[in-house]
Amino acid sequence: MFSHRKLLLAGFLGAGLIAAPALAFDFGRPATPAEIKLWDIDIGPDGKGLPDGGGSAVQGKQIFADNCAVCHGDNGQGGIKDRLVGGQGTLASNMPVKTVGSFWPYATTLYDYIHRAMPYPTPGSLSTDETYAVTAYILSLNGIIPADGKVDKDSLPKIRMPNRDGFIPDPEFDPAKLFRKK
Amino acid sequence: MTSRTPIELLPGHANVSRRGFVGGLSAGILGAAASEAAGAETLADVPDRGPGAELSAHSERSRFVKLDRIPEATPGKRNVDPGNAINSKTPHQKLVGNITPTDLHYERSHSGVPDIDPAQHRLLIHGMVSKPLVFSVEDLKRMPSITRIVFIECTGNGWENWKKADPDLTVQNTHGLVSTNEWTGVPLKFLIDLVAKDRSSNWMLAEGGDGAGVDRSIPLTDEILSEAFVAYGQNGEPLRPAHGFPMRLVMPGFEGNLNIKWLRRLKFGNAPWMTRWETARYTQLLADGKARQFQLRMETNSVITQPSGMMQIQPGYNRISGLAWSGHGKIAKVEVSTDGAKTWKQAQLSQPVLSKAQVRFQMDWVWDGKPTRIVSRSTDEQGNVQPDRQSFIAAMGTNALFHYNAQQTWSIDEAGRVRNVLA
Repeated sequence: MFSHRKLLLAGFLGAGLIAAPALAFDFGRPATPAEIKLWDIDIGPDGKGLPDGGGSAVQGKQIFADNCAVCHGDNGQGGIKDRLVGGQGTLASNMPVKTVGSFWPYATTLYDYIHRAMPYPTPGSLSTDETYAVTAYILSLNGIIPADGKVDKDSLPKIRMPNRDGFIPDPEFDPAKLFRKK
Repeated sequence: MTSRTPIELLPGHANVSRRGFVGGLSAGILGAAASEAAGAETLADVPDRGPGAELSAHSERSRFVKLDRIPEATPGKRNVDPGNAINSKTPHQKLVGNITPTDLHYERSHSGVPDIDPAQHRLLIHGMVSKPLVFSVEDLKRMPSITRIVFIECTGNGWENWKKADPDLTVQNTHGLVSTNEWTGVPLKFLIDLVAKDRSSNWMLAEGGDGAGVDRSIPLTDEILSEAFVAYGQNGEPLRPAHGFPMRLVMPGFEGNLNIKWLRRLKFGNAPWMTRWETARYTQLLADGKARQFQLRMETNSVITQPSGMMQIQPGYNRISGLAWSGHGKIAKVEVSTDGAKTWKQAQLSQPVLSKAQVRFQMDWVWDGKPTRIVSRSTDEQGNVQPDRQSFIAAMGTNALFHYNAQQTWSIDEAGRVRNVLA
């Protein structure tokens, strides 16, 4: 029955008619909660989306050495790809060094990015706890948490990054003002 | 009259004739015509006609035409190994008209070009919606579609010239990260109606199916709601893999990075997600060390492509030609100065002038053989004027890296050599 209705609709479109809203729901198929969970990986700055679990900078050191150092250097600098550590105090100079420590405004973005995009050859291959641990290690290298610090879904959103106030929204798309009238 | 004379009348191709043909193939669009002209002084020299090659399933460019993008990395990192490239630039100095050939549309990716089987690709739309849905490519193709010609521009376009102007750059190096194609797909609004978006949701996360899972937060302004679409067609055929096959978001007038390629997820929410790309990457560091965020719209811009960097011209008649575009709407006018921005003359625009698409401009010019500087500036229908270099840098500093739209100046020396300069 489902496919039969789709056929009918395809006929209408073929005749050049715009699909009536009443038929519109017939496109695609419902997404199940289980499959949404598989893909729903984004983490908000408020920590929304962060999973249970946690990790320490001490644990992260070895995971970083095994998975990250080849591109980012042994201590998050001096590698062939993005420098992750240092650079504080350089942003207004002629040679700004933008790193997690000097530039990134939210610690939650670090978890999100490592989980979605890293390690580069096998993105998403680190476990939840390993991702927390690497996050903690990079934060500790930048002096943002102690060398024996830990992070989890409660503590990560509470971390105040050094450059948290370093961003000025473009007036046209300032999230704080954009939809206020509505 | 020497055999070189006809070539030298063609703007930007004297370098071919002067050096003979050795290494001359990197000259402009008329390189092929130049070699024909040099090889056929009189009509008697034109080769006899005869049966040509067999017809084929797929046409290739003439063997006399060489058109290539160039893979590059960050500013100053040119001629890199393709494995280290992060973008690949359009050869505007060799192109005519308004539409970029599909295989030469600029390319930027953050984790290579995925090889996606469309039968296994899915688009999930969820979040603040009543009916989260999953769509296949075939589902999208069955929906009412729109077709529109728009430019897409990487926010890094122009980034070679923030701090200095390397004199040996071509316009491909300086402005090769913008292109214009015709895209076909389904209006975002149609998809939003299908999933019954919550009225209070005014931000959307768009995410790609590439290794990096590139994602950006998009404000659902009236303009974006009426213009954004999910494209599966590019210049009449399915998207090329480099440009998002099998589906991508098209955001007319906005940062290239928002036009998420290999689109696989749209999620509705009520605040930006502060992804890596909208915090650590595509934000503009100002002189005071603060970074401008959510500068999403691409600015009013233009560049002279003919003659341009590394070409050589002859005194006498030269035709100046270039491209102008604006993320604010249509280009209203383009002015060209041939005396280093002292006086300006309005150029002709090729018709039709489309909103948020590149438009070709042209102007006749007789060069007196004295060193000078040529520069273009565009004005769009909203009255935005492309800024001169000095006032642009005064406002943005030299660290912003992205959203460079200062006027592009080419210097011409007494030998007719065209070079990249700051102003």
